[in-house]
Amino acid sequence: MVDLHFLANPARFRRFSQRVLPSLGFATALMLAVGFYMAFFVAPADYQQGDTVRIMFLHVPAAWLSMAGYALLAGLGASLLVWRHPLAALMARAAAPVGASFAAVCLLTGSLWGRPMWGTYWVWDARLTSMLLLFFLYLGHIALSRAYDSPERGDRASAILALVGVINLPIIKFSVDWWNTLHQPASITRLDAPAIHNSILVPLLWMAVSLLMLFVLLVLLRTETEIDRRRLENAEAAA
Amino acid sequence: MTPKRRRLWLLLGSLGTLGVAVALVLTALNDNLVFFYSPTQVAEKNVGPERRFRLGGLVEQGSVQKDGQFVRFTVTDTNKTLKVVYRGILPDLFREGQGVIAEGSIGPDGVFTAREILAKHDENYMPKEVAKAIKESGQWKERK
Repeated sequence: MVDLHFLANPARFRRFSQRVLPSLGFATALMLAVGFYMAFFVAPADYQQGDTVRIMFLHVPAAWLSMAGYALLAGLGASLLVWRHPLAALMARAAAPVGASFAAVCLLTGSLWGRPMWGTYWVWDARLTSMLLLFFLYLGHIALSRAYDSPERGDRASAILALVGVINLPIIKFSVDWWNTLHQPASITRLDAPAIHNSILVPLLWMAVSLLMLFVLLVLLRTETEIDRRRLENAEAAA
Repeated sequence: MTPKRRRLWLLLGSLGTLGVAVALVLTALNDNLVFFYSPTQVAEKNVGPERRFRLGGLVEQGSVQKDGQFVRFTVTDTNKTLKVVYRGILPDLFREGQGVIAEGSIGPDGVFTAREILAKHDENYMPKEVAKAIKESGQWKERK
């Protein structure tokens, strides 16, 4: 296991991320280009849904990453509240809008997919509603972190919100098993083999990895900005 | 106990309590959180006429009849069935043997009059050729 403790120091984190960012950016662009090519031209049309199934290549990774992003937010909240980790609050401020964007992409693409397949843009079933709640939790986190004059108080309040909201993650995941929903149950994370043919599964997983890289890239970039912003504020306060 | 330890236990304790509370609320609200009732649930609950609700199940094989603007079909959960009549445009995925959700109410004649029809699709994705090959080999499993 690599010891990532050295990243706890914002200055060292900044040096690390500046070294990593250019190559990560290049690799992400390449991965995304190949991923979109596979999604549009290589993957076959579905036997029931035809070409509409291609929305999945954006919709499903966006859903996964918005949930993973919220888990990250909660982890950062815990490390701020329990261990007073100096970087955690800055990274949480950086990650929340990124996660909110992925949640919005998931909701929008899902809506556009629902209209031709289900016959409706939106229904209030348990899966769709809990996903909308995740989006609102992100917005609440962003608003709360900026709601106080002292940034430290905003950090702590939003950390508590991130931890409370983590209860919603298993609800989103298992909503399709616990209740009757319009949304279909899981295709991949189930006990037997995935219910997606390899010709569609491979582009899907490829897109998931590409978008994960994009997520990491955006969070690192925004964390750098937050470090600089906090330094600037401290310098101004001292002057 | 160090302050860090204490904060960690406090955090885990609060989250655990919150989790239990949410689980209790969700269990209590279970009836309102389901999006539709199956024909069996409808029969058990003895839903009266003119009460609007959503009915969900599979469109029974061979039951779809087009009759002018009206579509008549049977929704089944393989245990109980319910006859449905609907006037309007059906979604693309509406097919015999596929999942369907109908919103409406049961009329005095015991037929469910749908105001809105939504198609439910399953979690299987594959190319046409694969679906054809599986069907030809006789391995195709119809959903229950």
